[in-house]
Amino acid sequence: MKTNQYTRVIKKHEAKPSYFKNMATAFFFGGLVCLIGQSFLWLYVHLFNVAEETAPTYMLVTLILIASVLTGLGLYDQFGQVSKAGGFVLITGFANSLTASALEGKSEGIVQGIATQMFKLAGAVIVFAVLSGFFFGLLRYFLVQLGIAPALDHQTVTFLMEVVR
Amino acid sequence: MIFLYAFLVGGLICAFGQFLADRFKLTPGHIVCLFVVIGAALDVFALYDRLVNFAGAGAQLPIMSFGHSVMHGAMEAAETKGILGIAGGMFTLTTVGITSAILFAFLTALFFKPKS
Repeated sequence: MKTNQYTRVIKKHEAKPSYFKNMATAFFFGGLVCLIGQSFLWLYVHLFNVAEETAPTYMLVTLILIASVLTGLGLYDQFGQVSKAGGFVLITGFANSLTASALEGKSEGIVQGIATQMFKLAGAVIVFAVLSGFFFGLLRYFLVQLGIAPALDHQTVTFLMEVVR
Repeated sequence: MIFLYAFLVGGLICAFGQFLADRFKLTPGHIVCLFVVIGAALDVFALYDRLVNFAGAGAQLPIMSFGHSVMHGAMEAAETKGILGIAGGMFTLTTVGITSAILFAFLTALFFKPKS
C-alpha cells in the first residue's frame, strides 16, 4: 500500500518530457543535415559533373567522412546533445557510433581495441538490416511472383531529374 | 523545391524518432534498429522509392534508407538468381557506405586522441 502511494507521488512530480520542444529541435537539426546533403547532391551533379546515378553515393560518403572527423574532434557529441534525435537517426549517427566506439577502444590496441570494438553499437544495425532484408525480401519475392507487389523499378534515380531542372 | 522537401521529410523522420525516444523511453540503439526494419518493410510495396523520388537526400540520409537499399540490392539480384539472390545481393548497394564508414572510423581512431 505504501509503495503504491509512493509511486503515485513520484509520478506526479516526475519531470514530463517536453515532447513538442524536443521534436521541434530534432526536426530542425535533422532537416538541416538533410538540406546540407541535398546541397552536396546539387554541387556534385552541377559543378563536378558526377553521373546522376552515383551522386547520392558520393553524398553519403561525404557526410560519413564529415561525421567521422567531427567525432574525432569531439564536436559530434556536442551536436548530438543539442540536436536530440537529429544526431542519431541519420546516417551521420551511424558513422559517429562506429568512430566513437573505435576511439573508445584505442587504449587497448589496434586489433583488440579499435577493430574489435568498432561495431559495439553499430553491429545491431547490420544484424537487423540483414534479418529484415532477408525476411521482407523473401516476402516481396513471392508477392512479385504472385503479381501482388510491384516488380523492382530500375528508374529510381528519376528524382535527380528534378535536381537538374 | 526538392531542397524544401528534403528539409521537411528529413526533419519529420527525426522528429518521429525523438517522439519514440520520449514516449516509449527507447535508447538511440533501439530506435535506429527499428527504423532499419521500417525502411525494409516500406520497400515491400515500393513505398520508400516514392519517398526518395519526392524528397531526395531527405529520404536517403535517414537510417531507414539503409534497410531500403539492403532490400533493393536483394531484389535486384533475386530477379536474375532467384531466392539465392536475396542473400547474395543484399550488400551490393550498401557496400560503399559500410566500407567508407569502417575506413574513416579506423583512420580517425588512429589519428585522433579520445576525448572524455
